[in-house]
Amino acid sequence: MEKQPYNLIFAGVGGQGNVIASKLTALAAVDAGLKVTVGETFGASQRGGTVMSHVRVFQGDKLVGPLIPRGRAHLIIGFEPLDTLRILLAYGSRHTKVIVNDRPVYPLNVLAGDAEYPDVDKMISTMSEMVEDLKVVKATDLAFQAGSALATNIVMVGALAGLNCLAIPTGKFEAVIANFFKPQFKDMNIRAFKLGMKAVRE
Amino acid sequence: MGIDNVKLDCPGKEVLLTGNEAVARGALEAGVKYASSYPGSPSAEVLDTLARLSSRFNLYAEWSVNEKVAAEGAAAASFAGMRSITIMKPDGLNVAVDFFTSLSLSGIKAGMVLVVGDDPSAHSSIKEEDSRYLSRLAHLPVLEPATIQEAKDMTLQAFALSEETGLPVVVRCVTRICHASSVVKLGRLSNLEVRPELNEKYLTNPQAHADVENKLREIAKSGGGCTYTGPDDARTIIITSGPSYTYCQEALDILQLNDEIGILKLDRTWPLPERELLRYLKQASEVVFAEEVEPFMEDNVASFAAFHWHELGPLKLYGKRSGHVAGPLGSGIGELNPDVIIDSLVKIKGLNYHRDLLDQDKIDHLGPLPVRDRAFCAGCPHRASFWAIKSALALDGRNGFVLGDIGCYAMGRGRTGYYLLSSVHSMGSGVGLAHGFGKLGKFSFNQPVTAIVGDSTFYHAVVPALINARANNSNFLCIILDNETTAMTGHQPHPGSGFDASGNQSPRVSMEQLVRGLGLPVYISDPYDIPATVQLITSLLKNSEPQVLILRRTCALVAAKKGKQPVVYVDQDACLGDGCGCNRFCSRVFGCPANIWDREAGKARIDEAVCVGCGVCVSLCPQGAIKVKEV
Repeated sequence: MEKQPYNLIFAGVGGQGNVIASKLTALAAVDAGLKVTVGETFGASQRGGTVMSHVRVFQGDKLVGPLIPRGRAHLIIGFEPLDTLRILLAYGSRHTKVIVNDRPVYPLNVLAGDAEYPDVDKMISTMSEMVEDLKVVKATDLAFQAGSALATNIVMVGALAGLNCLAIPTGKFEAVIANFFKPQFKDMNIRAFKLGMKAVRE
Repeated sequence: MGIDNVKLDCPGKEVLLTGNEAVARGALEAGVKYASSYPGSPSAEVLDTLARLSSRFNLYAEWSVNEKVAAEGAAAASFAGMRSITIMKPDGLNVAVDFFTSLSLSGIKAGMVLVVGDDPSAHSSIKEEDSRYLSRLAHLPVLEPATIQEAKDMTLQAFALSEETGLPVVVRCVTRICHASSVVKLGRLSNLEVRPELNEKYLTNPQAHADVENKLREIAKSGGGCTYTGPDDARTIIITSGPSYTYCQEALDILQLNDEIGILKLDRTWPLPERELLRYLKQASEVVFAEEVEPFMEDNVASFAAFHWHELGPLKLYGKRSGHVAGPLGSGIGELNPDVIIDSLVKIKGLNYHRDLLDQDKIDHLGPLPVRDRAFCAGCPHRASFWAIKSALALDGRNGFVLGDIGCYAMGRGRTGYYLLSSVHSMGSGVGLAHGFGKLGKFSFNQPVTAIVGDSTFYHAVVPALINARANNSNFLCIILDNETTAMTGHQPHPGSGFDASGNQSPRVSMEQLVRGLGLPVYISDPYDIPATVQLITSLLKNSEPQVLILRRTCALVAAKKGKQPVVYVDQDACLGDGCGCNRFCSRVFGCPANIWDREAGKARIDEAVCVGCGVCVSLCPQGAIKVKEV
């Protein structure tokens, strides 16, 4: 691990699967002998609102709380561009790494024509000027390729694993994913994971 | 899913648990035999977990009809000598508190633990009520875990304290415990088996008040109940509880104030741990309070200090009352986090602190970032119901309105429900309000009155209001949005589901039979069939008696798990785009997140990553351009 605790945030929209992504990451971390605290929001906010999972990976006995202080995220994994930018502004610094899925989820006010969704390319180029390291992963497309858009979150977990900043062997992730899903969804999710890993390493 | 750390029989092993799972594990280590709850976020998963493991650990777990009945069932088990747990959110404690104010007077036998999941900032529910006031009112001791490990350990301790004192004991968790997860060192599972038997009497009597006050005073003076970390001679002390403790630790690390400021973490926030508290108040010249949500500890400690003024040196108190500990929305509002504590300490100590943040001006050229309102899921039957109700009220033309309820459909107050709701309060309150409006006719009130409730709410709190409406001959339409589950909290069953908390078949309490039994007319429609539903509601609005309409359609999230759905698509040759005159009805007006606008084509499109194939928009497109491909 590069930093202690290593602070990562899954940012997205309720329903995109950030809770499962953070859970799988936390399980893989524990299997790799690391400690972890996850701060999570679900319930009402899972219905289409901005959601984030704070995952803090550490070693030793010093306790780490569930919320990351502002400006101290080391890695933001964004399931959707707008909310990646939103969370990056709140929790990121120049040194934050970003992995972002470039497929938008439009808020209702945008669909209704009362607000404008910022241009995706401009958002991504702005973010890449703000931070030292940004990678775009076409996670929704890759998830379709793996078998279902529902696996978008697993593609992003694959991207996280591929980046290797947590020093968790990718095999630990694969084992956790294989164990987590029902047998009929296992292969699809492993495919999604591998596609994400490959995408970030290209 | 293959991973279940809660049941592992490996004492000493460190595993990942959520706070809710940790509470459940603590209960299993305590040998709990009876668990009951009504689903509420953020604490719903405690009973989900215990129910899942009920046969393995030979315990009884129940989703009760409401929190009061849940608490009464758990108390019965305690009277009979079996440890019991009941779980609720603050709204639920509001419902059950009538019983608890009496229960502390009768006392209990085997350990009984009340878990309340508060929701600072209302991330996962409807309000951020601080339940500790009601626990104090009901004379119940309150423990507050600061970590996931403590969520387990304190649940176990709570059973012991409950038996020592003969009082139910509250474990007050907040969302950042319930929904957080971390590594927990497991303890030994209990193999306690008890044969239940009732031998004593449990009668509430006014004289018992003195006994209860004495018990609480004994607890206050008993020692323990808090943990101090920091320099032995610290003159500035933070008094904190719950996960705010971890925020304080991190703030001190970041500001490098560890050598100067100590932290007194209250594990038991009621009654106060008076012995230790007095010791640290004597030592301190400044006390900072960090707690969620309201200044509960702060006021209680200040009151305690006032009675010990003569023993204390000059003391400055900083907290919500002084305005020093405040989030962006103000003192006593919203959850705390490390940044709120940092900012408070910077203010109190007159420090400089610079955050390494990104330059927020760099995004100005992108324009304002659109906010993201909560919304019904794609294919949600509530959207169809709201559209049908809105259309019927418009056709009726007499300025009719809709009274709301809490649950997913409370979002109907916003854009996703066409701003249709005129009120949202507590479980079932819309129907009580509807009754009141329905009796205003003699004063020439003539707007049609409707109330929407969820199916789970119907059983929880609506039945008495309907009896009242029938007996007093009111005039309104009660619409039950029956999606056959308790959706918001994670799809728990209710009395109409036909299966119980553990997934076993159980008798189905039919809502239509129940309503008919009250002598009220009941109608049923499928909200996905919008034309028929609009027609039915429009005709019912003309009647002048209490009536019930059930709009029945399975929750889209549940339906999506049941197999392949039809593929819905826009035939862009048939869609007229902005030339249609429909004002982009499907994306702009109907507002399903799967109905998007294809900017390049200037036509409507379906987002195949989001659409669940409900097909409701198919019937609404004026050009018939939205089509279904069966798979």
